[in-house]
Amino acid sequence: MSIPIKDDEIDIVIGALHSDLTTFMNAWRPIFSRFHLIIVKDPDLKEELRIPEGFNLDVYKKPDIDHLVGTSTSIIFSGYSCRYFGYLVSRKKHIVSVDDDCLPAKDNKGFLVDAVAQHITNLTTPATPFFFNTLYDPFTEGADFVRGYPFSLRSGVTCALSCGLWHNLADYDAPTQALKPEERNSRYVDAVLTVPARTLMPISGINVAFNRDAVGPALLPCLRLAGEGKFRWETMEDIWSGMCVKVICDHLGLGVKTGLPYVWRNDRGDAIASLRKEWEGVKMMEDVVPFFQSLRLPPEATTAEDCVVEVANAVKEKLGAKDPMFARTAKALLDWVKLWKSVGVSSYSPGA
Amino acid sequence: MATVSPTPLLKDELDIVIPTIRNLDFLEMWRPFFQPYHLIIVQDGDPSKVIKVPEGFDYELYNRNDINRILGPKASCISFKDSACRCFGYMVSKKKYIYTIDDDCFVAKDPSGKDINALEQHIKNLLCPSTPFFFNTLYDPYRDGADFVRGYPFSLREGVPTAVSHGLWLNIPDYDAPTQLVKPLERNTRYVDAIMSIPKGTLFPMCGMNLAFNRELIGPAMYFGLMGDGQPIGRYDDMWAGWCTKVICDHLGLGVKTGLPYIWHSKASNPFVNLKKEYKGIYWQEELIPFFQSVTLPKDCTTVQKCYIEISKQVKAKLSKVDDYFNKLADAMVTWIEAWDELNPSVAKSAELPNGAAK
Repeated sequence: MSIPIKDDEIDIVIGALHSDLTTFMNAWRPIFSRFHLIIVKDPDLKEELRIPEGFNLDVYKKPDIDHLVGTSTSIIFSGYSCRYFGYLVSRKKHIVSVDDDCLPAKDNKGFLVDAVAQHITNLTTPATPFFFNTLYDPFTEGADFVRGYPFSLRSGVTCALSCGLWHNLADYDAPTQALKPEERNSRYVDAVLTVPARTLMPISGINVAFNRDAVGPALLPCLRLAGEGKFRWETMEDIWSGMCVKVICDHLGLGVKTGLPYVWRNDRGDAIASLRKEWEGVKMMEDVVPFFQSLRLPPEATTAEDCVVEVANAVKEKLGAKDPMFARTAKALLDWVKLWKSVGVSSYSPGA
Repeated sequence: MATVSPTPLLKDELDIVIPTIRNLDFLEMWRPFFQPYHLIIVQDGDPSKVIKVPEGFDYELYNRNDINRILGPKASCISFKDSACRCFGYMVSKKKYIYTIDDDCFVAKDPSGKDINALEQHIKNLLCPSTPFFFNTLYDPYRDGADFVRGYPFSLREGVPTAVSHGLWLNIPDYDAPTQLVKPLERNTRYVDAIMSIPKGTLFPMCGMNLAFNRELIGPAMYFGLMGDGQPIGRYDDMWAGWCTKVICDHLGLGVKTGLPYIWHSKASNPFVNLKKEYKGIYWQEELIPFFQSVTLPKDCTTVQKCYIEISKQVKAKLSKVDDYFNKLADAMVTWIEAWDELNPSVAKSAELPNGAAK
């Protein structure tokens, strides 16, 4: 039932936090090689990138970022935030993005999961945020809407965001992983479901895809923890971005799906060592969640850019006083919209 | 690795409620799992027919004559010639938990080929908290091998008590008549290994085929409406109960879970018969869903009964223009609560009613 999508409507954006991408790229080769890739090198990474041959890609490094973005912005594209530069310069309709420490996973029958194909299926079939379907995705093969599902809600809405999951190292925060150092996620939950309207959730940046045309500006690198680091449990940038995206999707009548596809996430890092750094992130959610739950965007905000501006104003007003980090975030949100309007819609190609 | 303590049987705290008009042969397959429990069988249809219960089960059986005798004039709220009559079983039960199952539902197998003890999974679901305020992307965080994901606020990790556990079905899916007509051969073969809390503020279609609930927490909301003989609608009994229940659970801060366990649904009912029963519901649900989505309950509705009566008032005020049926239904909802409180005086919350209210 999916709308056929052309390969050239998709960009795969990879933020390179590791210099040697050989294993990563070769593992993903059967799945990625059809598509154009945008690789953004973390500006803090000193070593040269090692990328195997045979891909259609553009690589962006610190000089490219500095040249395009300049110093007039508070946006910092370092660490996990480097990928957003890729989102900014892409001109494709759909973007798929996975962390560079993830490999293709296997499904419950032992077959390699084509995460890109699943994300694209998710994005090109409707989402159903207004009523919960107990058989999960009604558009998937072998399923449908159940008895009691109103017919007027069965055409659904455009899915703007597809959130995948992770086998092996799940996306836990540092305290949780530290308490359960041996726990690995091996459960394959064979479902895609729409996250209901007005329901919020932690959207992990490890394995996501989105409709750039519909919500591009709403995925944003605007919240940086003071102790932000190079492990996922030392950041909250994606969690913050995800809350913005969900509220904006709810406002614009767009859908968000979660579930398949899985990727395999390599073991990395020391949760206990990271505990010190991430305490700030963990504490922050206590303020962030109630803020977003009560956030209502005005009807005049009809585009993703408009919505981000509204969010920025609300953050400044309601969270700015709680922590200087939020005041910086509010400014960054406005800077991001400016950047999106100037860079996100014009053409640019990277230096050789 | 911490040892997982075995799920308690709760055999003296749980009743299994089964509506039937045919026979109870299906119980043979369930015997290993159901035999420790007390059954409440609600016989639908002709009361002169004798329903054979397999040997060795401890049960009480009620037919229409019993329902009339026990409830007197209030029996009018219990449907006749429809499995909705099962809610009478909820009312007469004296137990804390209820599991209800249809007589065409059998034991399913999990992907490893092992028989699924549906009741055990429901008990696990009910005894373990729900998390309706924030969605966990790894689904049930209390499950073995899972947890709350990064970004999940710690203040929400204790969860809330679970009032309802909604199970699913392999083989014949619970489709409405139009979908059955279009896809007569579709079978649900997908085993989705997850339990999840349905978020606060989200409604869902609750199916009564494989359902468990905490009767003390939410029992009075599980009224399955006026269906069947003499009524303009059928196959919306569980839907109605589900919408009322979810609104009340959201208001009282209780959780509703859906997902595991699966049972094997063996019989596809006749889609043409179903269409006749459902067709009004298909139109009406277009009004009903916005109605339930916009129901707000005042703060002083602190018990299920109060919430339920309040909903009945709003049904009368806002839905009677859809059809006069909703006037009757609103009245029946009140009768149901009166009957519930009469049969369950020790947990009746009449003491909380303002002075002057009738007891």
